[in-house]
Amino acid sequence: MVTRSKLKAFIIVPFLSKLQTLFQYIGSIVFFVGDVFWWLFAKKRDFKAVRREIILIGLNSFPLVSLISFFVGIIIAFQTAYQLKQLSSEIYIASLVALSLVRELGPVLGSLIVAARSGAAITAGIGSMKISEQVDALEAFAVEPIDYLVVPKFLALIIVMPVLIIYADCLGIFGGYLVGSSKFGIPFHFYFKLTFDALKVKDLASGLIKSVCFGAIIAFVSSYEGFKPFSSTDVSKSVTHSVVRSFILIIICDCILTALFYFMF
Amino acid sequence: MANEMIKLENVSKYFGDKQVLKGVNLSVGRGETFLIIGRSGAGKTVLLKNIIGLLRPDSGKIYIDGVDTTTLDNKALEKVRYQFGLVFQSAALFDFLTIEENVGFFLYQHTNLKKTEIRKKVKETLALVGLEGIEDHYPYQLSGGMKKRVAIARAVIYNPKIIIYDEPTTGIDPIAIDKVVSLIEDLHKRLSITSLVVTHDLEVGLKISERIAFLLGGRIIFQGKKYDLENIKDPRVVQFLHGSSAGPIKEMEV
Repeated sequence: MVTRSKLKAFIIVPFLSKLQTLFQYIGSIVFFVGDVFWWLFAKKRDFKAVRREIILIGLNSFPLVSLISFFVGIIIAFQTAYQLKQLSSEIYIASLVALSLVRELGPVLGSLIVAARSGAAITAGIGSMKISEQVDALEAFAVEPIDYLVVPKFLALIIVMPVLIIYADCLGIFGGYLVGSSKFGIPFHFYFKLTFDALKVKDLASGLIKSVCFGAIIAFVSSYEGFKPFSSTDVSKSVTHSVVRSFILIIICDCILTALFYFMF
Repeated sequence: MANEMIKLENVSKYFGDKQVLKGVNLSVGRGETFLIIGRSGAGKTVLLKNIIGLLRPDSGKIYIDGVDTTTLDNKALEKVRYQFGLVFQSAALFDFLTIEENVGFFLYQHTNLKKTEIRKKVKETLALVGLEGIEDHYPYQLSGGMKKRVAIARAVIYNPKIIIYDEPTTGIDPIAIDKVVSLIEDLHKRLSITSLVVTHDLEVGLKISERIAFLLGGRIIFQGKKYDLENIKDPRVVQFLHGSSAGPIKEMEV
């Protein structure tokens, strides 16, 4: 029998302490975000650095996003077909695959991949700069590290994420089409007609808004974690924290945005 | 005083409850090479960061070329930093930039010079430190000694009034050490620049400096000409000079 004191000691107290840590973390990230926005508008920007980051982040995440979104498209097609088979309405897999990918799975899975691939690389990069005194060197040369290191990454991520997500959606839809055509004999033009009929502008908009927000979360969390390390062992911890915390914040943000779009549109 | 380039009065710095600098007084003359020596963890790097304005002291005054930097706002302090060239212990070259971009970093960031002009100036400065034809290399392609010399080139390219060397010979082989020491002496002769050298390598420090300060536990316990060291009676300084483990300075004490 679980007593009230045990419940309090082993479940409630640790849960509240974790919750407190989460809110403290969000609080400190908010200050960091404030700094990033201040530097974003503080001076005229050279877009060479942003372009370099776009290429780097895009190239880093491109293969994994391609692979996973394609297979996820196939998986959703099979799963929806399994349900629709009972209603003899397999034809609707096109619209269901498109809607679930564009509104939800594309942005969420895509951003989780980018957080794990590029977010981790950003944290490791800034972290190793911090411990090898390169961040101090920037300050010594009167260059603000947030302005020089974080702002280009933030801009690159909010630009590259929607592009990556649209690409991921297309590949996923193509994966769904392969199932639709091979298993259920749905012709190409008919599959894509059903897909485009199902998708409204609001669906595309919600997916794109989500991808921009998730891109910003990845930029803020991975950069913030990058500035934390004091030794090489701290860098690996920071990378883990960066990925895990990005995941948590992306899912929380997704929940809020999904609810918001449900009531708005 | 007009001849003082750097002057510290009672500078103290805390990190939480820990007092790292305990009322440091220091004076570095214009054009001289001054050595700050002390054990690892004695507060040397914190002292340097206070001097160049990366940290602000909790109390005391810091004068750079006669200007009290402790009263300046961040923007004005940034301008003061333009007067310093800093050579980091680990060289701290930006590993995602080429050697040309590293050496010309200050000029790219703070001047409107054209790329060709900067490239020319980088070539000249690299020649000054005995390195040529490596403009398009990346830092990982260089040896430890070469990285230090590139770091020195990066620090002197914009003609700062003061150059600070933080452990300039740490982590490089004896031949590279000799090259770096000769380079520091040579640059001092050629550019007549005020140099502040922070190291725990006594032999190197004494070779390149004219005056010396000994930092222990956040306090300056000796300050004077290097020849004065011969007559020093303070057992802590004597122990350090002899490199002996027996004496008032214990292993854990910093």
